[in-house]
Amino acid sequence: MSAATLFFAVLFYLATAVLLIGLGRKIADYARTPAPLLIPTTPAPTTTGGVVLRLLRELTLFESLFKSNLWLWVLGMLFHVGLALVLARHLRYFSEPVWAWVAVIQPFGIYAGLAMLAGLAGLWARRLLIERIRYISTPSDHLMLLLLMGITASGLMMKFVSHTDIVAVKVFFLGLLRFNPQPLPVDAPLYVHLTLVAVLMLVFPISKLLHAPGLFFSPTRNQRDNPREARHLAPWAAKLEVK
Amino acid sequence: MAGPEFTAPVLREYPVIPILQRGAMAAATPYLANEKIQEALGFPGKLVDDWHDKAIAKMGDLLGKYRSLKVFLDTCVHCGACSDKCHYFLGSGDPKNMPVARQDLLRSVYRRHFTLAGKMFPQLVGARELTREVLDEWYTYYNQCSECRRCSVFCPYGIDTAEVTMAAREILDSVGLGQKYSNEIIGKVHKIGNNLGLPGPALENTLEGLEEDIKEDTGIDVRYPLDVHGAEVLLVTPSADFFAEPHIESLIGYGKVFHAAGISWTLSSKASEAGNFGMFIGNYEQLRKVALRVREAAQELGVKRIVVGECGHAWRIAYSFWNTLTGIGAGANDPFAIQLQSQLDHRHKQPMHICELTWDLIQRGALSFDKEANDHRIITFHDSCNVARATRMGNTPGGQFEIPRHIIKAVANHYVEMAPGTTHEQTFCCGGGGGILTDEMLDLRIKGTLPRMEALKQVVDSDGVNFMVTICAICKAQFTKVVPYYGFKMSMIGGVHQLVSTAIKLGDK
Ligand code: SF4
Ligand code: SF4
Repeated sequence: MSAATLFFAVLFYLATAVLLIGLGRKIADYARTPAPLLIPTTPAPTTTGGVVLRLLRELTLFESLFKSNLWLWVLGMLFHVGLALVLARHLRYFSEPVWAWVAVIQPFGIYAGLAMLAGLAGLWARRLLIERIRYISTPSDHLMLLLLMGITASGLMMKFVSHTDIVAVKVFFLGLLRFNPQPLPVDAPLYVHLTLVAVLMLVFPISKLLHAPGLFFSPTRNQRDNPREARHLAPWAAKLEVK
Repeated sequence: MAGPEFTAPVLREYPVIPILQRGAMAAATPYLANEKIQEALGFPGKLVDDWHDKAIAKMGDLLGKYRSLKVFLDTCVHCGACSDKCHYFLGSGDPKNMPVARQDLLRSVYRRHFTLAGKMFPQLVGARELTREVLDEWYTYYNQCSECRRCSVFCPYGIDTAEVTMAAREILDSVGLGQKYSNEIIGKVHKIGNNLGLPGPALENTLEGLEEDIKEDTGIDVRYPLDVHGAEVLLVTPSADFFAEPHIESLIGYGKVFHAAGISWTLSSKASEAGNFGMFIGNYEQLRKVALRVREAAQELGVKRIVVGECGHAWRIAYSFWNTLTGIGAGANDPFAIQLQSQLDHRHKQPMHICELTWDLIQRGALSFDKEANDHRIITFHDSCNVARATRMGNTPGGQFEIPRHIIKAVANHYVEMAPGTTHEQTFCCGGGGGILTDEMLDLRIKGTLPRMEALKQVVDSDGVNFMVTICAICKAQFTKVVPYYGFKMSMIGGVHQLVSTAIKLGDK
């Protein structure tokens, strides 16, 4: 096994472990922390079904963002929808035989990658050019966009510039899944792509990427508006009643 | 205070997002609470020596108790969707009044002490140590938030800056930096029973005087009963309703509604205040303690229903929190709450907003009106932030917008809506909420009301609106104080039940 293969095999096992364990711990922490008062932003749904729909609308349509700022919504959509398609497209590297629906979306992958890049560029321009947004940006906000642009660009390079032996890449990843590492092709854009993706996975649980799970734990969005009908009491608040 | 010491920003026809004015509001800081005020609430009298460690420990404590705080501090992506949504930013241009920047004042310290990234690469992720300057900055800018939740409507993750503000104020109180206005008022509620420090006998006199005035006006004996055992309804209303203008006009209206509908009701000298500033300072124990007065009053008087008068944050606490804090509500299965809930009549909502009660009666045909009596008024309605974004009325979401408007249209002929984007869930705060309705904050209050004034100006110019009604004691007090700075008359401000009072037919019904 080459040094590069070994390096990437270890890196991806590590990154996956950090991502899963880190995210799992964060989610468990959010779930464990009580929400003592009902604070849904109203008008809010009164039923659980309504809450599920509200969250689905936030997840798929970015409902609140749409109310806020159309430009930002368009850029956010371009990036996230593109990302969703590209991620789905990548499933072909992990499934054998490739699932039918994954095969169907393959042709859209390129456009999705370009949409991601356009969205990211727009978001970065916003961050650099609008005074308010520049004011609230930290270096990590810029770096995160750079990282995502690097991943997208290196991915697109493999398609448009230097053709990577993706069949061999698939063999490598299937090998990882079966704990039987196979050689990774020697290919600069591929190395860049994989390294950046691993960095993204590593920082996910300690960065603002937590907005992904955070949405589902946001009390202003996930609570029912039924305070008069049911008594809502957190354990620590209930203790105040017994003394 | 004499004369306009401050000048209002100019009203613009097409509001634009201001360019940043760094430090513009750095001097707008409320007075500190003195030792006596602080200690009465169990807070340290002045800044404690080990404030740094205490503050960090308190932050850790709150992070364990409030999921909202923990999730909100983690999930912000600095997208800026909220950055132009706060009325204080729009009015002042101070970047620290952008909701995200306000959160970041606390988030930066959270990152430094509670996150791996902030411990390892503070500069990279905008983490910073809690210094005395940072603490003072918290005191200044967390007292420039009215906890109106407008930002939470627009944030893609529902991040509610009000929750962060409450946590920050709670930390500040715990190290001895309390805010005089709010904490003094909470002390008064505990000692005397209401925010204004109006003792029982004075209240009785006021109510008697009111009955005489109405008798003179209308020839009818409308009663304003106090501490009547066995009354059906306990009305809990903001104490400003007892003597401030235009608040009292709505109190007169409530009494007339009860009279016309033949419902027996009472006020309570023990719970002569619907307001609860415990929420403003983010302290659960104070919030609960103040709310429990209402429970006790209800139990002592043996009432069957609890109704809340025109007050925004009070309705939030009553509607959203009373069941949790005091058991006033329905659906409990624990002895503490059942004890009270078994006394209440559950054919009615518990608690109920006075607007729900009035609208119910109107729908049932139990009230009749002379709508023309309001013809001298061209009316618009200001949605109060807490009612709009933290409560409901009636059975369907959004009832909090519909019901007050239905009432207005049932009692008056001329109604005009302000521009979309400034009403309903996107309404602008009056600029005086959240515990800053105090003179030393006047500059901020004037600037913060700019977006509402711009929307008002539009309908004044286009439709000749001459009366803006609202269902909040703080809105009424704030607007009557600040609208003159924008060239409007303070008599332009009123309450929904003031309109009801003008039009309702008594006696011959
Ligand atoms: S809660 Fe209201 S006052 Fe506070 S930051 Fe948000 S918009 Fe501004
Ligand atoms: S809208 Fe939400 S995520 Fe975006 S900057 Fe504001 S608080 Fe952060």
